[in-house]
Amino acid sequence: MAPAVLIQNLRKHYGQVEAVQDVSLQVEPGQIFGLLGPNGAGKTTTLRCLCTLTQPDSGKLEVAGVSVLKNPKAARQLLGYVAQEVALDKVLTGRELLQLQAALYHLPLGTIKERIQAMLALLDLEAYADQKTGTYSGGLRKRLDLAAGLLHQPQILVLDEPTVGLDIESRKVIWDFLRQLRDSGTTVLLTSHYLEEIDALADRVAIVDRGKVIAEGTPSQLKDQVGGDRVTLRIREFAPWEEAEKAKLLLQALPFVEDVLINTAQGNSLNLVVASQSEALATIQQALKEVGLPTFGIAQARPSLDDVYLAATGQTLMDAEVAAFSKRDPKAERKQNMR
Amino acid sequence: MTTTPVKPDLSSQSLAGSPILNLDTPGLLSKEFLQETLALARRLFIQLQRRPSTLIAGIIQPLMWLVLFGALFKNIPEGLFGTNQTYGQFLGAGVIVFTAFSGALNAGLPVMFDREFGFLNRLLVAPLASRFSIVLASAIFIATLSLIQTAAIVAVSALLGAGLPGLFGLGIVVSIVLLLVLGVTALSLGLAFALPGHIELIAVIFVTNLPLLFASTALVPLSFMPTWLRVIASLNPLSYAIEPIRYIYLHSDWSLGSIVLQAPWSSVTMGTALLVLLGFDVLALVSVQRLLRRSLA
Ligand SMILES: Nc1ncnc2c1ncn2[C@@H]1O[C@H](COP(=O)(O)OP(=O)(O)OP(=O)(O)O)[C@@H](O)[C@H]1O
Ligand SMILES: [Mg+2]
Repeated sequence: MAPAVLIQNLRKHYGQVEAVQDVSLQVEPGQIFGLLGPNGAGKTTTLRCLCTLTQPDSGKLEVAGVSVLKNPKAARQLLGYVAQEVALDKVLTGRELLQLQAALYHLPLGTIKERIQAMLALLDLEAYADQKTGTYSGGLRKRLDLAAGLLHQPQILVLDEPTVGLDIESRKVIWDFLRQLRDSGTTVLLTSHYLEEIDALADRVAIVDRGKVIAEGTPSQLKDQVGGDRVTLRIREFAPWEEAEKAKLLLQALPFVEDVLINTAQGNSLNLVVASQSEALATIQQALKEVGLPTFGIAQARPSLDDVYLAATGQTLMDAEVAAFSKRDPKAERKQNMR
Repeated sequence: MTTTPVKPDLSSQSLAGSPILNLDTPGLLSKEFLQETLALARRLFIQLQRRPSTLIAGIIQPLMWLVLFGALFKNIPEGLFGTNQTYGQFLGAGVIVFTAFSGALNAGLPVMFDREFGFLNRLLVAPLASRFSIVLASAIFIATLSLIQTAAIVAVSALLGAGLPGLFGLGIVVSIVLLLVLGVTALSLGLAFALPGHIELIAVIFVTNLPLLFASTALVPLSFMPTWLRVIASLNPLSYAIEPIRYIYLHSDWSLGSIVLQAPWSSVTMGTALLVLLGFDVLALVSVQRLLRRSLA
């Protein structure tokens, strides 16, 4: 069977910005596939190319074996797309929006009413169906948008940050829903910059950074590849650089320490990769004490997806977000994304 | 969001096992095209119904034109505007055409807002039979509005003593309004896709609207104008919509051969004027087609 989604060597630039430099990935039918990456990594651009909204510079795009670039109409039929920013017509009611959506996907007239009712029930929207969407809360808007994307029962559902801005309760409901959707055979491709979300949901994940896939696999594969345990050490709440350097040199010499990084964004805390062994923390604290350095905080953990990211890029996802945030011009992008 | 557990019945939802895919997608004039066009037009009418202020203003405004302009020139000697007619009789045709024109000129605005707001993406990711349905839906909507406005103007003009053309004459009036609206709507939608944002679109509407009004025969006849303006007014499509309507209002014995406009280079008959409007539509549609195709492939 053809993969549900095939992206090969996708490239797209905007002026000087290489939004997507080289993205390749393959999603098998019936999987939840997560694209994880910091702000500006190129996740949205990748999805927009896949869903025929943006013309890529080069690359191959296929959904269920259908070429997106050669046969966009057929591809659109197979895909359901829920954009990062919810755009509803606030004058229409939820039901009217779904009716419009049904016509845009040419659902048979006789089935529309029933299908909409079922979709409203599925997403627990019945009570709000006949209110104008302008009165909806953020969570309701997101759910209605999801209902619209699912109305034509697409084989492949593409979700750009499906739970951004929602409280944990609402996120869990959407997660459960997506899992059930997957279990009934729908392929789900979603982006997120919530590590927990990808960890909880995705069967496979690709980590995207600056327009490139830097790691791909199941979440546990990726974590195992990184190997070892993580130790986060803070000498002081804000340690001076020299002190952090000194500690780094000291700790690097320990036999079970594989790597030490100074995290400037977190008050010069130290991120250590250590061979999994129980007495690591005590040994580290002891070594520091001997040279007269204090320990403000220390913790040991199994590697997370963030560590996968850190291992590949040298910075944590959070730091990358902060760095990317200051570089973007949301207004100019909005303009560009208009069609 | 409530915390009630969502218990979806997804049994009807399973799709992964349906590999049959029809690659010949429906095109223009298919029943799918009709379905999407009607749904898009319906959205515009729902918006109008829930926010009727534009329609109300769109009816009141031309009526005020009729009354105020009519009063302004009330004491002009009868016959100055042509054979024994009052200014009120003269003005009706100008107001009908100008009202339809301004309405159509604004047709691009909702599309521009959809673009800016991201709603257009919803249409563009859908497997539309043809994206021309977006244009056609707007044209249907604007044409309906214009006909409602025209009916109101015709009725009030009649009350003000301008008389009422016969049924066939009214048919020609309606056709002229539709021809003008189609061409101008197409141009406005073209601009909505070509310009960067609504500020620019409003600016273009602003600098087109009134100059085209004053450089037409809406307010005064050609004979009042200096030669240069007469040339411009004789090239202005609005004049070719106004003069036939005006003629029909004043002559119950009109025919397609009646001379309705005396351009500097030749005289124009009713039939020619209609052909000119048709030509304007073709020109407008062809010139925006490439643009629409690029944005709406
Ligand atoms: N329309 C555009 N015009 C110019 N630059 C753009 C445009 N869209 C995206 N970019 C740039 O391309 C890069 C990738 O953007 P993209 O929106 O794909 O990132 P993302 O991974 O979705 O980020 P986020 O998590 O913030 O949504 C960014 O540097 C962004 O500034
Ligand atoms: Mg994004």
